Amino acid sequence: MIDVNVSLSRYPFRRLPCDEPEALVARLRGLGVTEAWAGSFDALLHRDLAAVNARTAETCRRHGDGLLRPFGAVDPTLPDWREELRRCQEVHAMPGVRLHPGYHGYGLDVPAFAELLDEAGGRGLVVQIAVRMEDERTLHPLLKALPRTDPAPLIPLLARPSQPRVVLLNALRTVSGEPLRRLLAAGEVWVDVGMLEGLEGIKRLVAQVGIDRLLLGSHAPFYVPEAAHLQLKESALSAAQAEALTRGNARRILPAP
Amino acid sequence: MIWDVHTHLAGSGEKTPEESIARLIVAADRMGIDRLVVFMGDPWSYDPSPADLTRQNDQVLKALDHWHHRAFGFVYVSVNHVEASLREIDRCVRDGPMVGLKLWVAGRCDSPEADALVLHAQGLKALVFQHTWIKAQGNLPGESTPMDLATLASRHPEASLVCGHVGGQWELGVRAVRSASNVAVDLGGVDATAGIVEAAVRELGAERVLYGSDAPGRSFATQLAKVHGADISEADRRLVLGENLRRLLRPILQAKGIEA
Repeated sequence: MIDVNVSLSRYPFRRLPCDEPEALVARLRGLGVTEAWAGSFDALLHRDLAAVNARTAETCRRHGDGLLRPFGAVDPTLPDWREELRRCQEVHAMPGVRLHPGYHGYGLDVPAFAELLDEAGGRGLVVQIAVRMEDERTLHPLLKALPRTDPAPLIPLLARPSQPRVVLLNALRTVSGEPLRRLLAAGEVWVDVGMLEGLEGIKRLVAQVGIDRLLLGSHAPFYVPEAAHLQLKESALSAAQAEALTRGNARRILPAP
Repeated sequence: MIWDVHTHLAGSGEKTPEESIARLIVAADRMGIDRLVVFMGDPWSYDPSPADLTRQNDQVLKALDHWHHRAFGFVYVSVNHVEASLREIDRCVRDGPMVGLKLWVAGRCDSPEADALVLHAQGLKALVFQHTWIKAQGNLPGESTPMDLATLASRHPEASLVCGHVGGQWELGVRAVRSASNVAVDLGGVDATAGIVEAAVRELGAERVLYGSDAPGRSFATQLAKVHGADISEADRRLVLGENLRRLLRPILQAKGIEA
């Protein structure tokens, strides 16, 4: 299985049971995960993203025997972000980047974001966008006014010549129904099931948008990784649907290393 | 054995109470859940009138009709309508099949109006489930916090109370009710954040922690995962998943002659 949504290092506001890489890898392996796309919690609030990315790459090299695939952090509102993007690909051999627009304080309608999509698309990098990291009702008091990320401005950008491949993480509490269908039809864009809730949630989601654009994402170690996996059981997916969600769709985005 | 202390009829996508609970049971079977506690009907309202309380309780009674071996009902009451709520408790618990009370967000539970409801519940050995949250952006005007529930609990040390959602911000919720030994916490309706169960067991003892889901708004799977994935002993896991709720309900079940 391929988990497209895990994070390394420390969540800023609490220690997590699996926030050491060995523990995270063991837990994921125990659930049958063979590949996990890993960003870093440090990217939320740290300003030195070059150092964050170097640590992410090093952690992925040292732990998991290839299970962890590093995704770098880039903030297109910071000076010289293109150099960050270059290093992610050319120095750290990362297959993609993970953006945190809410924590970095921009919307997807700013020109810098479009420029980043073009640059990443041109380089063949996958762009993950963390739409949320936690239920807004439980945010630390200092972050209670954290801006929401609206995915809608992404729709026209997906048609740009650079043809960016975009993976939205933790998006399904922000966008659903017809807006989600429009988004997924707009280009090379996928969503993970991190933060999906509701009885038989995956089954209902598949009925709305089909299976082809859905990915397994646990949001571990912030969430217990079993949550996403048990949702497969609750939704009683067919074998073909389960294979697409847990491996096939992700593999079409990113070939095996 | 898995008993879920927190499910609803609204949000299943079905049209009738009978269909809603059947949908819940199908998914519960997949997840190995033996018993559900069901409360409130469809649609919801923040401040239900007496007629609305009756309407919603009637829906739960209908839902239970064919599922007494799988589900228990809690009567929906409001501190804003004490007399009507006492009548509903008599109708649904004393004279009916329900075994607990549910209070939502109509008014805060530390108000004096809650006392009569809790005392009546206590007399019937009924469990009292109070929704609680501590929301970063601020609670609804009548929405209780775990601190409110701790105040209520201190006035009724013999009553058996449940702190819904562990207050949402569970690090604060477990602290707020820690000294109120007659309060158990419901793990449901909160994201599957790692560490929630470990913290609750550490601070309250496993005997005061209850698995609940808040399905169908929430998934049985994500909510069960908190317990299945928690770093606690297997004995504690069994308590949290169902043995504690059975122990808390045993007095009223025995009084009603219900085997469980």
